[in-house]
Amino acid sequence: MADTNDQAKADGTTDKAATTEKQSSPLSGDGASDEPEGPWTQQSIDIPEGPLEETVSFDTYPADQVGHEDLGIEDEEVLDLLRSMLLQRRFENRCRQMYQQQKISGFLHLYIGQEAVSTGSINAIRLGEDSVITAYRDHGMGLAMGMTPEECMAELFGKETGCSKGKGGSMHFFDNERKMMGGHAIVGAHLPLSTGIAFANKYRGEDNVCLCFFGDGAMHQGAFREACNLAGIYDLPVVFICENNQYAMGTAVDRVVSKPDLFKHGYNFDFPCSLASGMDVFSVNKAVKDHVENYARKGQPSMLEVRTYRYQGHSITDPAEYRAENELDQRKSEDAIHRLQQYIVDHDLATNEDIDAIDSEVQEEVADAIDAADAADFPDDEAIYDHIYAQEDYPFTT
Amino acid sequence: MIPKSAPGPSTPQSEFQIPHSNDMATLQFREALRAAMTEEMERDENIFLIGEEVAEYDGAYKVSKGMLDQFGSDRVIDSPISELGFAGLGIGAAMNGLRPIVEFMTFNFSFVAFDQVINNAPNMRYMSGGQFDVPIVFRGPNGAAGQLAATHSNSTEALYSNFPGLKVVAPSIPDDGKGLLKSAIRDDDPVVFLESELMYGMKDEVSEEADYTIPLGTARVAREGDDVTIVAHSKSYHVALQAADQLAEQGYEAEVIDPRTIKPLDIETIVQSVVKTNRLVVVDESNPFASVASEVTHQVQDRAFDYLDAPILRVTAPDTPAPYAPNLMDEYMPSAEETVDACRRVLYAE
Repeated sequence: MADTNDQAKADGTTDKAATTEKQSSPLSGDGASDEPEGPWTQQSIDIPEGPLEETVSFDTYPADQVGHEDLGIEDEEVLDLLRSMLLQRRFENRCRQMYQQQKISGFLHLYIGQEAVSTGSINAIRLGEDSVITAYRDHGMGLAMGMTPEECMAELFGKETGCSKGKGGSMHFFDNERKMMGGHAIVGAHLPLSTGIAFANKYRGEDNVCLCFFGDGAMHQGAFREACNLAGIYDLPVVFICENNQYAMGTAVDRVVSKPDLFKHGYNFDFPCSLASGMDVFSVNKAVKDHVENYARKGQPSMLEVRTYRYQGHSITDPAEYRAENELDQRKSEDAIHRLQQYIVDHDLATNEDIDAIDSEVQEEVADAIDAADAADFPDDEAIYDHIYAQEDYPFTT
Repeated sequence: MIPKSAPGPSTPQSEFQIPHSNDMATLQFREALRAAMTEEMERDENIFLIGEEVAEYDGAYKVSKGMLDQFGSDRVIDSPISELGFAGLGIGAAMNGLRPIVEFMTFNFSFVAFDQVINNAPNMRYMSGGQFDVPIVFRGPNGAAGQLAATHSNSTEALYSNFPGLKVVAPSIPDDGKGLLKSAIRDDDPVVFLESELMYGMKDEVSEEADYTIPLGTARVAREGDDVTIVAHSKSYHVALQAADQLAEQGYEAEVIDPRTIKPLDIETIVQSVVKTNRLVVVDESNPFASVASEVTHQVQDRAFDYLDAPILRVTAPDTPAPYAPNLMDEYMPSAEETVDACRRVLYAE
């Protein structure tokens, strides 16, 4: 493991086994005669007189602060961003219909309103080399990563052509080739996985990173703290990105967190922390680029809160009656897709007609995906025993 | 209780036993496990060990003693007391191409990581339609180890073997410990590898053959006999051997089978034995309800009902949490006497 050792030394982490003498005699416990030795004695027990003060600053990425040229995004690429966001929106609008037509079953958590987060983030990484892991609201992320609408829709239909061969459904989109490490349905459970994904990158001496997306509801899980601490002590290349869409199921975020500025929670782990608008794809893009290039690729985990809003209820069966009156309309006035369309027109990157053409193209693509998913077969009954073990003679007893 | 240095099988070798050759060393159980991990880590750079106290402290039970010095802190990694976190780290690393060995200081603490072990590790391949391997080994001591009371005495084998996608291994002698752990590390599926604190000091011959592995899912017939079959794994195996010795003095020859892996379970070997002896006793230190003993009992009656001359009996812990008081703990653990008694009942010897 010469590479990894060199990497570790370059990071300033050295092999303690080589440099530290081990403690051999146990302390007697009387606190008097033993000469304390070992690394733990570096911790002082002196208590300073008087209160301690700390000044902390956090980077912010509000909407409408940067444009595509500031980010090095080509003119044509801006239209790709719009196309990605429109695809997600149109795909999920049709998902609603397909659910009503009972083509889709199970839980269905829509991402509508949050498209700038997925698209802005994915545009900031090396797709196919860097990894992405997210929670159950995963359709948008998958599409933004280039998973095809066909394989995604087929998965929702439970067909064998689905991205998880009909074994995962809405909450479990996977694509190993694109390093989409999954949608994960237990709140907070994938945060430790992201540390392992990043650990493997570092172990091999690669500079690939992992983006770990989770909702505001996952912040209260122990898994969040454990993952952050592990990433901190092992210097793992991971960006923890809290997609704060304001509600954990039907519970408003400020009702269930003692420190509602969620990005500040990363400060407890000495992480660089910042706050971005999720209603502007450029703000998200800049924030994620900064976190990836300035921190993660250098072995520094970090925390980014992206404030966004989901237009639908928590899941398809949730009418979202817990919202304040006019709340949704107010949020829709900041819609990220409308914002980007306006930006494109204002900057003469395309006309409204061009945009309409892209939209029609996307809608057609989604319609084709539905037809393909509809026409595809359900998995064979025997497929129930596939993919449980690498070993092929399962069930072990018949 | 298991003697500190329990003897290996003293009975004639059967065709199922690993042939002993000159390439043998006498090792403690912990040393056999260490040899397995060390050999595998020398062979494959993608393998690393992580857990509480595995590195600088040399392992809570010294299983990993010296491994930090050999492999360095990039591959033998002390974790915080954070089971959910580091179990999940291992699973993520396995999804991304590494082969982690995760040590739980005891399997009682694996419950803190339960969501990772049962919800993430075994489901990932299935839910991804076969796109992700999770080649990880969760290992550490399992079951009761003296008077540690209810939170530190859980036998987890029945629990973990209930989840498709996991494999569960529970060796009883050092040689099996080495051969099975090497197989577990090479396996592309998540494996729960159950050891016992009380077995770590046991010494016995262990193969030093290059590339020595024992396939998962193969039982070992440790002692042959025609009168009654006793199935027992891990510590209970030694209880079964003691019982077999006592039965021999009474004129009954017991066949003792150590399944070695709980999942996959080598039910064929067990059934073959029952077809021969027509009587079965299962010794299992787990709580009895929905236990390994229950599963073996069901599968044998399903396959060999016509060959049974008596109801199958189980010798297990009672359906209680583990106690602290020494007399209650003696009552709690399956004993050779109880096993002899159960065998005599299925033999209608009373």
